Order: sequence, then C-alpha cells, then structure tokens
Amino acid sequence: MATTEFTLLVAGGSFLAGLLGSLTGLGGGVIIVPLLTLLFGVDIRYAIGASLVSVIATSSGAAAAYLKEGYSNMRVGMFLEIATTIGAICGAYLATRIPTAAIAIIFGLVLLYSAWTSVAQPPELAAPDTGPFARLLRLDGHYPTPEGERAYHVTGVPAGFSLMWIAGVLSGLLGIGSGAVKVLAMDRAMRIPFKVSTTTSNFMIGVTAAASAGIYLRRGYLDPGMAMPVMLGVLAGALLGARILPGAKVRTLRIVFSIAISAVAIEMILQGVRGKI
Amino acid sequence: MAQSQFWNDQRVENIIGNLLRAGVILAAAVVLAGGVLYVAKYGHQQPQYGVFHGEPSDLRSVSQITQQAISLHSRGLIQLGLLILIATPVARVAFSVMAFAAERDWLYVVVTLIVLAVLLYSLTST
Repeated sequence: MATTEFTLLVAGGSFLAGLLGSLTGLGGGVIIVPLLTLLFGVDIRYAIGASLVSVIATSSGAAAAYLKEGYSNMRVGMFLEIATTIGAICGAYLATRIPTAAIAIIFGLVLLYSAWTSVAQPPELAAPDTGPFARLLRLDGHYPTPEGERAYHVTGVPAGFSLMWIAGVLSGLLGIGSGAVKVLAMDRAMRIPFKVSTTTSNFMIGVTAAASAGIYLRRGYLDPGMAMPVMLGVLAGALLGARILPGAKVRTLRIVFSIAISAVAIEMILQGVRGKI
Repeated sequence: MAQSQFWNDQRVENIIGNLLRAGVILAAAVVLAGGVLYVAKYGHQQPQYGVFHGEPSDLRSVSQITQQAISLHSRGLIQLGLLILIATPVARVAFSVMAFAAERDWLYVVVTLIVLAVLLYSLTST
C-alpha cells in the first residue's frame, strides 16, 4: 500500500472513530489506537502520538461550544489540571521506559473499563455539604437548568485529586483523554453533577494531552505523516457527531459499541501477552 | 467596579471558547496544507510505520520545525500545525492567569501559574 492510499484509509477510519467516539461519549482516542495498531499494523508509539494530537483537537473544538452553555466549572478544572498535567508528564516518561507489550495490556484493561462505564451509569450523588478543601479552594458552583440556576456542593477533593493524577498518567501513557477516569473522580469522589463533570472533564482533556504531547514531540514520537490524517479525520468526525448528537438515540449504539470495544480490548490484551505488539 | 464587571466569569469563558476554536481552525488549516504537499511528494512511497525509528531532530524542536515550515517542507509544515494545536491549550491557560488576576483572585492566579509551569516544562525539557 502506498502512502496516498494509507493516508486516505487512515483519514476515513479516523473520521469514523471521531464520530463514534463523540456519539458514545468514549472519545476518539480509545478507538484510534487499536484501529492503527491492530488493523494497520502501526507501531503503538506512533499510534499513541497521533491519537494524543487528535484528543487535543476534539477537546479544544468541543470546549468552545460547552463553555458558552455555562455548565463547566473553571475553578474545579484548573485546580485538577495540576494533577492531570503532572500525571501526563509521568505517563509520557513511563511510555518511553516500559515495553510496548505492557502498554498494550494496560490499554486493553482501560478500554474494558471505559466500555463498562459507557453502558452502566450509576445514579447521581449530591454532596450534602462543602468539604474542607473545597471550601478553601471555593470549588462550589451552580449551573443552568430549565427551572433556573441550581447550586451544588463539592467534596472529596483529596480522593478526586489523586484519581485525576492517575487519569493524567493513563492519558500520557496511552494517548487517550481518560474521560472515564476523570468522570469517576468528579462524579463519584467529588460528587459533582453529571452535566458539570462531563463538560469540565472535556475542557481539561486538551490541557492534559498538551502536557504529554510536548514530550512526545521532543522525543520524536510524533510523525507528521501519521498524525496528519488522524488529526483531521478525528476532528471532522467529532464535529459531525456533536452536531447530530442532540437528536440521536444513542442508547442502543452505546451498548452495541461497548460490546465491540470489549472484544477489541481483549484482542489488544492477548496480542500484548503474546508479545506481538 | 467597571473592571470586575468586564471580567466576569461568563465573559472570560466566551473569550476562552473563541480562543480555543481559533487555535484549532488555524492548526487544522496548516496541517491540511502540509498534508496536501506531503501526499503530492511522498504519495507513491511505501509508509513504514510497522517499525519504530523515531523522528529526525529537525522535526522535534520548536525552532527547527519553524525553519522547516518556512521553507515549505511538507513534513515540517504539518509539524508546525501540530505545534500550534499543542500551543492552543497552553495559550488558554496563559489567558486564564490574566483573567484571574483581573478578578483579583490571587489563589487561582497561583493555581493557574502552576499548571502553566508544568506545561512549559513539558514543551522545553528533554
């Protein structure tokens, strides 16, 4: 296969990955890395570099729309970005030191977890009162509802901060947005409402990915010929997904897609165990 | 108090949203331009991504990438687009430092400066 065909095929696959990632809420990164490694036989380090770049593009592109709606909490996002960016740098350094087979196995496990959380959505838990760290950092906020502004409390800052560090490590190591772990930190540990946590998480993903992408660039993991069709394809797919999402029935799509993604995850783990990645 | 009204949170969020959008559009345009040149020049060759060899040093640092892009080398141009994309969230954080300072929210000026320092470290360390 010559470069022209390769570029067009990767761009097409990335477009689908961006579209499905945005419709299911999983994000393009968790799809693009298995697509490139399993289907196109790309070395996982190039795949991760290209995926990271596409993650920055979709996060920044979508954040513009979310910010105008007034859901995201800038103080929560900025404070937790200390944890995610430091984690992302740790993850990027880790990626250069551990064998690619281990990266593939960890990727598969995170993929299984992401597929699970996209289907099983536990009920929202509101914090009864503001936690001590949240009070110090003035993290409480409010968001618009049809019945007017609704205020919420934030709690569990130490647990949320620690989980965010892990989300950052995984993002830097695997080239993904780690949306599933970020939502775990904000929904479960810090008791932030869904609308606020998903939009704030999206907002943080770009900054987190930028921290590790800088290291990937300087280490020579970012190949322009590889990243170009991935970035453009995922961005176009994600923008289309965001446009049709409000009217789409995504429940069935999510379930079907989660099963497919789980199969891909197991394949990645097996390839890693056999040392083929 | 005219200044603090000017810098209210919603206004800051709108400006940041537009900043992010502009950065992504500019980056995508540069990457696309480089991509067209790239396919025109290397389209017939065989891609070699199965084996990892790392990028040459002229596609790794800001100054060298800029040089490559100015002389319209396709791979350098794409890399410049990627650099603009990486710089977009960094610019967003830098802007937030100023916005929190204008609101006289010194605690968050410090928080945001820490994030900015971590980002700059990742872009400049080896």
